[in-house]
Amino acid sequence: MSSDVPTTTSTMTAAGAAAKQSVSGVEAVPGVSKPDPILTVDNVTRRFGGMTAVDVKHLEVQRGIITALIGPNGAGKTTFFNLITGFDKPSSAPKLIGGPKAGEAAKSTFNGRDVGNTGATKVAKMGMVRTFQLTKALSKLTVIENMRLGAKDQPGENLFVSVIKPLWAKREAEITEKAEELLSRFKLLDKKDDMAGSLSGGQKKLLEMARALMSDPVMIMLDEPMAGVNPALTQSLLGHIQALRDEGMTVLFVEHDMHMVRHISDWVVVMAEGKVVAEGPSGTVMDDPAVIDAYLGAHHNTDLGDDSLLTDEVAEELAAEVQNEELTEGEIKA
Amino acid sequence: MTTLVVPRRPDGRARLWRLAATIMLAIVAIITMVSLGASSAEAATPSPTGTAAAVCASDATTGCLQGTIKLPSGDPAVGIKLGIKGGDLDTTVATGSDGKWSQAITVAGPYTITVDTTSIPDGAVLDSAAKNPATVNGALNKNTGYVFKIVGGTTASDGTTTQTPDDATTGITFDRFAQQFVSGIRLGLLLALAAVGLSLIFGTTGLSNFAHGEQVTLGGLLAYLFANVLGLNLILAAIISVVICAATGFFQDAWIWKPLRRRGIGTTQLMIVTIGLSIALQYTFQYFLGASTVRIDQANPVTVDLGPVTLSAQSLISMGIAVVIIAAVGWVLVKTRIGRATRAVSDNPSLAAASGIDVDRIIRIVWTSATALAGLSGVLLGLVLNGVNWQTGLQLLLLMFAAITLGGLGTAFGALAGAMIIGLVVELTNLVLPGDFKYATALIILILVLLVRPQGIFGRRERIG
Amino acid sequence: MDQLLQTLYAILNSAISPQTAALAIAAIGLNIHFGYTGLLNFGQAGFMLIGAYGFAISIIAGLPIILAIIIALVAALIFALILGIPTLKLRGDYLAIVTLSAAEIVRMVGRSSLLTNLTGGSNGITGNEYRSPFTDLSFFGNGSLDIGPFKYDLTGSNGWWFIATAWFVVGLLCLFAWAIMRSPWGRVLRGIREDEDAVRSLGKNVYSYKMQALILGGVIGAIAGIVYILPASLQADSMGRSMTYFIFTALLLGGAATVFGPVLGAIVFFAIRLFVQGIANQFIPSAIMNGQQTEQFAWIVIGVMLMLVVIFRPQGILGNKKELSFDVK
Repeated sequence: MSSDVPTTTSTMTAAGAAAKQSVSGVEAVPGVSKPDPILTVDNVTRRFGGMTAVDVKHLEVQRGIITALIGPNGAGKTTFFNLITGFDKPSSAPKLIGGPKAGEAAKSTFNGRDVGNTGATKVAKMGMVRTFQLTKALSKLTVIENMRLGAKDQPGENLFVSVIKPLWAKREAEITEKAEELLSRFKLLDKKDDMAGSLSGGQKKLLEMARALMSDPVMIMLDEPMAGVNPALTQSLLGHIQALRDEGMTVLFVEHDMHMVRHISDWVVVMAEGKVVAEGPSGTVMDDPAVIDAYLGAHHNTDLGDDSLLTDEVAEELAAEVQNEELTEGEIKA
Repeated sequence: MTTLVVPRRPDGRARLWRLAATIMLAIVAIITMVSLGASSAEAATPSPTGTAAAVCASDATTGCLQGTIKLPSGDPAVGIKLGIKGGDLDTTVATGSDGKWSQAITVAGPYTITVDTTSIPDGAVLDSAAKNPATVNGALNKNTGYVFKIVGGTTASDGTTTQTPDDATTGITFDRFAQQFVSGIRLGLLLALAAVGLSLIFGTTGLSNFAHGEQVTLGGLLAYLFANVLGLNLILAAIISVVICAATGFFQDAWIWKPLRRRGIGTTQLMIVTIGLSIALQYTFQYFLGASTVRIDQANPVTVDLGPVTLSAQSLISMGIAVVIIAAVGWVLVKTRIGRATRAVSDNPSLAAASGIDVDRIIRIVWTSATALAGLSGVLLGLVLNGVNWQTGLQLLLLMFAAITLGGLGTAFGALAGAMIIGLVVELTNLVLPGDFKYATALIILILVLLVRPQGIFGRRERIG
Repeated sequence: MDQLLQTLYAILNSAISPQTAALAIAAIGLNIHFGYTGLLNFGQAGFMLIGAYGFAISIIAGLPIILAIIIALVAALIFALILGIPTLKLRGDYLAIVTLSAAEIVRMVGRSSLLTNLTGGSNGITGNEYRSPFTDLSFFGNGSLDIGPFKYDLTGSNGWWFIATAWFVVGLLCLFAWAIMRSPWGRVLRGIREDEDAVRSLGKNVYSYKMQALILGGVIGAIAGIVYILPASLQADSMGRSMTYFIFTALLLGGAATVFGPVLGAIVFFAIRLFVQGIANQFIPSAIMNGQQTEQFAWIVIGVMLMLVVIFRPQGILGNKKELSFDVK
């Protein structure tokens, strides 16, 4: 399993090519419709007090590809993510009394089912599983317990069944086997009995991703999977993300750093000030004036993330950072 | 699995002992202070009528049966005779000047207690619901209490009794409504004094201080100590009490809470620490005071009639003081630098720290003023409610929590509004339900509000997470 | 020396007394709330009181003992639902305040003079009004039995029958707690204790799990209430806020989130209290501290001990610091 994880992002797999192909004919304008959308979002707005954090009129996410959601800090990416996954409610959500007018109310459809007012639990059950920007590995459970927690259909999670072990032991063995398989793929197997809290930041990200996969999601949503991860591990993380797509999963991930994005994503959505300002294939979207505007307009010393900005100086800084970190991730280097 | 050795900070043990010593020291200090008062109190105020019943002390071979009987007026019922039968006993005891009776027993088991109804003064009868004789289970090494309730009523010559109906059933007249309404405002104001501090502490540190009620009790008890026992002028006594209460807040933060914040101890943990403190303080109060209620001002209150409402002069003055102080607190919060800084810390401590506010200093100020306000509230409550006992603050704590939750956790002005509502609800409940229920209704309203508007009246939705 | 021996006997006797067992049971329930799920229930005494009233009133009404127990447990279940529905979606503080308030409401209503016919008002209900159906179940026979320092009737009030059943229930509940906490159900609870959102993101219905935990721990609290009143009498004020605090102290002392922590904590709690009291009685002249005051002094020590335990050994005697999470959101 672990051997087929691509170690460099430059290798283009067949599935990757197919994914790029599937959106090749789509026009690069914000809110454009896709040939086979798995997720459709309409009129999602979120206001905090007087400030509008998110205001997305229409967005579609194509099935089976890697879509990156990028934008400068404060663009509303994570808030948007929370809204889609049910962790937050749109201000424009339909209400019984005094809600927005019909046609202006928030509406989102996932895999053909309405998820507009669904809570986080149900969204996850429908197959849209997310990770968090600040990892939520449960640090007081062991790694393997974290993994087991991710699995679906566990009879032992019913209070009345839980008392008698034989009733759930079989399923427990199954999920343990699956968990170990995933852990070995993510190179965490030898840590399985350690408390998750003892893992390094990057390992926690991997664990969180592996845990999300325990439920066999249709779509996996990663909130800044690369944040706080040292560059050595970043490559391996990117490889894992591509591998997920190659297995047929839809991936949507949030990132504010563009050079992480451009090699692996098939489609890029750019947000700024709560709105979708541009979208298109990763190769060309950076040239969109709206994108440059969004980044340069918001931050003078912007981290555009483009390779052109990755000067020698920056590279040296990064290298120094890597050395400073205790290299617990050493064994994970692909 | 690797064994993880929890590293102990080199100075951990030293800190432990310093903290333990501090807490013990603080308690000993309070004990000494109060005991000074209590012992001189006994000397200074010889009981006017009769003698107090001999105090029974339980130990491994002795148990105590005991109780307090009060007249409908709330004054102790003196000289009520009770027959006690059971074990190897068949005896009669009488209540002392404090309305208390007690009987030592050396055999565990059921005892029958019979009230001699002829010893009940005229104008009062035993509550018809009370069992007479009553059976209690006496145990060794334990105090077993039993309460006989006496209510207003008359006894006919043939021995049948007629009970005066309870207040609650006399119907709602405008006069009663007005009276209760004003009482509600009074309770609300005094509650607000204490609750604002609790709310500020919660806002700035995230800590639900379960020992805040004891701060109120402390204020009342200190005022009793200075005014009554040491014979100081009432106003002077009140001022000294409030200053001492402020000092307890200052030193609490300096010696307990700040070091604990530094250790990075979570708010849940700290909350349980305050529960421990609350237990320790309650029993410290009881240690010196027992279960008795002490009156700060023992003179008969002068009453003032305002239309249908009768209030004691002390109530009026207390309400006036409360209004002035609350207004002052509001002004400080809105208009002064410190107040604005306090609100900034409540909003977002790290942001406040980043913008140059000395968060620790603000918290110190908040603790000091919060305990001062609680102490003042205790002094005024002691004057208004005819006395303070070890659980005055304890009973108030729940109302304070209800008030600040109602107003929105951590918002000072919400606490004020919440306190007024709770005060009114508590007192107006008396119009329709017996006194036992007055706190219960306030708490039921709290639960209902949480159902409808969990962030409270003034809270922002975002705060509740 | 004689006094010390007496204190020791008192400690040993209190260690096995049904009341200690009741505190242990209540702490096992609270452990499910606080230790494993992170729910701040400050009304465990209220659950006890609900159970005690449900049981005693049903028996007095002439219902069979099994039905009386079921009624007590169902009453606790309903109480948990009432408390949980408004608060379990909110931050932990709200549950704390609501449970604390609700327990006080139960106590105030229970001792209210309006309900004297039902609850006995502030005097409560004496034990012999509800005890006999339980005593009748005894197969221990009459007479008494002395085992070392323990001298009790076989069946009489506070006798071996009461002690044996109380501790049997403790054992059963420990086994039950162990069984459910090693299961996937327990795993979800421990996940919730640490981070609700993480568990939610994995498709678990956090609200439902918290509710289940609240109900389960509360129902166990009701059992504790029954065990508590069986050898004694039912008085509302004996299950007030202090009781909740004592249960917390016992739980934290023994070790939250452990199977035997609550039991050990309950025993140690009473032992410390009696020990301090005995020592104070022995060594401090009664002119300085009289009998009543030594009792209060013992409680002061308990309060300070709670503070110190929470600060310096939050995992208690048996707990594992790595696993313990106090940070409830």
